[in-house]
Amino acid sequence: MTNLVAGISRYLIILLITIYTYYNFRFFSMKDEEGRNRAVRRQLICMFMLHFLANLVIFLNTDSRLLAAFYCAQLLFFAGYLSLYRLFYRNVSRLLLNNTCMLLCTSFIMLTRLNPNRAIRQFVIAALAAAVTLVIPFVIDRVWQLASIPWLYAALGLTLLLAVFFSGDTSYGARLSLHVGGFSVQPSEFVKISFVFFIAAMFYRSSTFKNVVLTTAAAALHVLLLTASKDLGGALIYFIAYLAMLFVATSNTIYLGLGLGGGAGASVMAYRLFPHVRRRVDAWTDPWKDVADSGYQTAQALFAIGTGGWFGVGLYQGMPEKIPVVDKDFLFAAVAEELGGLYALCLLLICLGCFLQFMLLAFRLQAMFYKQLAVGLGTVYITQVFLTIGGVTKFIPLTGVTLPFVSYGGSSMFATFIIFGVIQGLYILKENEEEDDEEG
Amino acid sequence: MKKDNAGQKADRSILLFSYFVSALFLSMAVYMGVFIETRGEEVTNHPYNARLASLADRVVRGSILGNDGTVLARTVTDEEGNETREYPFGSLFAHVVGYAAPGKTGLESYANFYLLSSHDSLSHRIMKELSDEKQTGDNVVTTLDVGLQQIASDALGDRRGAVIAMEPDTGKILAMVSKPSFDPNRAEDDWQELTGGDSTEARLLNRATQGVYPPGSTFKIITALEYMREHPGEYSSCQFDCSGIYLYQSYQIQCFKRTAHGNEDFAEAFANSCNGAFAKLGPELDLEAYGNLCVQLLFNRELPIAIPYSKSIFRMSPQAESWEILQTVIGQGGTLITPMHNLMIISAIANGGILMNPYFIDHVENAGGQTIKKFMPSVYGELMVANEAHALTELLTEVVLEGTGSAVRTEAYQAAGKTGSAEFDKAKETHAWFVGFAPVENPKIAVCVIVEEGGSGGSTAAPIARKLFDAYLLP
Repeated sequence: MTNLVAGISRYLIILLITIYTYYNFRFFSMKDEEGRNRAVRRQLICMFMLHFLANLVIFLNTDSRLLAAFYCAQLLFFAGYLSLYRLFYRNVSRLLLNNTCMLLCTSFIMLTRLNPNRAIRQFVIAALAAAVTLVIPFVIDRVWQLASIPWLYAALGLTLLLAVFFSGDTSYGARLSLHVGGFSVQPSEFVKISFVFFIAAMFYRSSTFKNVVLTTAAAALHVLLLTASKDLGGALIYFIAYLAMLFVATSNTIYLGLGLGGGAGASVMAYRLFPHVRRRVDAWTDPWKDVADSGYQTAQALFAIGTGGWFGVGLYQGMPEKIPVVDKDFLFAAVAEELGGLYALCLLLICLGCFLQFMLLAFRLQAMFYKQLAVGLGTVYITQVFLTIGGVTKFIPLTGVTLPFVSYGGSSMFATFIIFGVIQGLYILKENEEEDDEEG
Repeated sequence: MKKDNAGQKADRSILLFSYFVSALFLSMAVYMGVFIETRGEEVTNHPYNARLASLADRVVRGSILGNDGTVLARTVTDEEGNETREYPFGSLFAHVVGYAAPGKTGLESYANFYLLSSHDSLSHRIMKELSDEKQTGDNVVTTLDVGLQQIASDALGDRRGAVIAMEPDTGKILAMVSKPSFDPNRAEDDWQELTGGDSTEARLLNRATQGVYPPGSTFKIITALEYMREHPGEYSSCQFDCSGIYLYQSYQIQCFKRTAHGNEDFAEAFANSCNGAFAKLGPELDLEAYGNLCVQLLFNRELPIAIPYSKSIFRMSPQAESWEILQTVIGQGGTLITPMHNLMIISAIANGGILMNPYFIDHVENAGGQTIKKFMPSVYGELMVANEAHALTELLTEVVLEGTGSAVRTEAYQAAGKTGSAEFDKAKETHAWFVGFAPVENPKIAVCVIVEEGGSGGSTAAPIARKLFDAYLLP
C-alpha cells in the first residue's frame, strides 16, 4: 500500500513542480495584475500540495510522529513567512517569495529523507534567517548611505577572509570556516555580499580608468586570499561576479576580454599548481577510468542521476547515501535520483528563473548602485548554482560548492536569505517609486 | 524619465549577460537530459552501482530464455517466500548465461537491469502492490539456440576448449560452450572447489571470450590478407617448393608433422597450411602495415561484446628480428587471440568484410510476453573491403576442397574455413583450431572451435564444426 501511494505521489509531485515551473516563466509574459496574481496563487497551491504529498510519503515510510510534527512546523513557517512579508511590504515580489519557499521546501523534503536531525537544524536556521532578513527591505529603503562606504565593505570582507586564512578550519583540503561561540561559520559566504556591495559602491562613484584599477586591485586581493585558503570554488564565484559587474559598469569589451584571458590563465595555473584540481579535471574527463578512487564522487552522482531516470525511483527507494557529501555539494544528485530527473531539471529552471528576475530588476532600476547590486548578487547566486549543478552532472569539473537554499549548511542558508532580502528590497523600492510616479 | 547613455549601455550589457547565462543553463539541462536518455541504462547496470541490488527486494528476478523460449534460468519461490535461482540445463549454459550468486557473471550480470525491472501489466502490478507481493521481473530472450548448444557441447565432449557459433550477417550468438564447465545451480555450494583447483582446470573461466591462445595457422588468414594487399594481382602466381623444412638464415621452420607439400602456388600453400611457404613471405612483408592490419582487425583493442573478455595481443614491432617474423606470420611467436575474436574475424570475411556487433539478447519481454525492448543487429565496422573478403573466401574454400579442412567437405553445402594446430609447449600436443562458415554463397553460420591439446585442427577441431554446420544447415 505504501508503495502504491509512493508510486502515485512520485508522478503527481513531478506534475506539480512542472506546473509550478511553467508559471515561473509564464508570469513574465503576463501584463495584467489579475493574471499575475492568479499565477502566483496557483504556484503556491502546487507547492503546498507537493509539500504535503512528499511528507505523506515520508510519514508512510518512517511512521515517525516527530516528522509529522516537523511537517506542521514547516507549514506554519511557510504560511507565516509568506503572509508576514506581504503584510510588511505591500509591493513585494511574490514570484521571488514563492521561489524561496519552493527551494526551501525541496531542501526540507530531501534533508528529512536523508538525515532528519540535520533537516530540523536546517529548518531552525532557515526560520531564524527568514525572521532576521525580513528587515532588509526596510533598511534598503531608508538607509541611502549604503552607497557611500565602499572601503568599509572592503575592510570588513578582507579582515574576515584574513581571519579564515590564519585560523580557519580545514575541510576537504580548503580552509573555510571559523568557530564563533560554538558555531561554525563560513565567512566567505557572507563576504560575497560585502564584496558585491564594495564593487557596486566603487563603480557608482565613477568608472574612470583609475577607479577601475583601484577596484580591481581590491577585488583581486579578495580572490587571492580565497585562493591562498584553497577555496577555489569561492575564488571563482568572486571573480565571475567581479567580471560581470565590471562589464555592466563599463560596457568595455577590452576589460572583459582581459578578465576572461586572465581567468583562463589562472585556471591553467591552478591546474598546474594544485594536485586536487588536476584530480578533479581528470575525474571530469573520464570518471569511469578510476571509479574506485578519483572518479568516485562523480561516478556516484552519475549512478544516482542515471538510475533515477526521468521520473526518479521515489523517496526512500534509492541509495543517495552512497554519494559522498550528499546533503551539501551533491544534494542535486539525490533530488534527481529519488524525485526524478524532471524534478531536478525544474529545480534548475527555477534557479535560472530567480536569476532572470534579478536581471530584469537590474534592467528596470535606474540608480547605478542598485543596478550593480542586482547584477552582482545575481551573478554570485547563479554562478554558485552553475558550479554545483554543472559539477554534479559532469557538465564541468567538480568545484565543491553548495546549491543555495537547497543544500545543507547554515552560513550558505543565511547568506542566501540576505541576498534575496536585498533583491526584495530593491524590488520594493522600484515598485514604490513607480507607484509614486503614477500618483504624482 | 529618459535614461542616460551609460545606463543604456549597462542595460545592453545586462541583456547580453542574461542571454549568455540562459544559453549556458539550457545547454546544461540538455546535457543532463541526454545523459539520462542515452546513458541511464548503462550506468544503472554498472558493476560499481550498488543500486540494482536493492531492486531485488521488490522484484522477483525474471527468467533467461533460449531463442525458442526454452527456460535457461529462472527464479523459483517456495511457499515461505524463499527464492532459488534454477538452471534447468545445469552446466550446459554455465558460462554464457552465468550465475546470479555469488556475484553475477555472463548474461545474469549483463542483463541484470532488465531481469530486475518489471513492466508487468498495470492491473497485475497494482494487484501485487495491494497484496504486498513482489513484482514479476521481465524475461530476457537470448539469441542462443538450445539444440545447437547441446550439439556443440556433446561434440567437444570432455575435452578442454571452446565452441562458438554466430550468424555472420546479424551478429547473433547461437551457441557458446566452454569446457571444463560447472553446475551454476551449485556455484555457491561448490565455490571453494571451483576457485581452488589447479590452473588448467579454471572451470569458471569462459574460454570462449576470456581464454587467450596462440592462433597457430588460423593467423595465416591475416598474413595472407597482408600479402594480398601488398601484391595485388600477382600474389596468386607466387610459387613455393616445400620440402617439409624451410631454411632461412640460420633458422628452420617445419611444416606440421614435417609433411613435404612439394611445389605449390599461393592458394595451395594456404590450403595445405604450409608453414614454409608462409614463413618465406614474412621477411618480405611491410611490418608496419602488417601491425596496422592487426590493429584494424581488433588486436590490442577492446572488443564490442557485452560479457567479460580478454584482449587479443599482437606484439611484433616493425623492427622485429628474423626469427620473430618467421614465427609470427605462421601464428606462433608472441601473438595471442581469444576464440571469440577469431570468430569475429572469420564472420567479417563471411559477411563481405563487415563485422556485425555480436549480441546475445534478442529482446526483453514482460511477464505477459509483450516485447519491452528489441535489440537489432548493428554494424561494428568494415574490417576489410569486400574484394579482400571475397578473395579470402576463395582461399578458405580451397582449404575445405583441397586442403586441411576436408572434415567439413560435403555435397550438401559448401563450407569455407581454416584449420590451425597451435604449438604452446614443445612437450605437449598442439591446440586444435578451426574457424569457418557455411554455406559459402550465403553464409548462415560461422563457427570457431578450439580444443586444448587436441592435436591437429583438421582432425580434431574441424569435425566438431562439421557437426554444427550439419545440425544448423541440414533439415
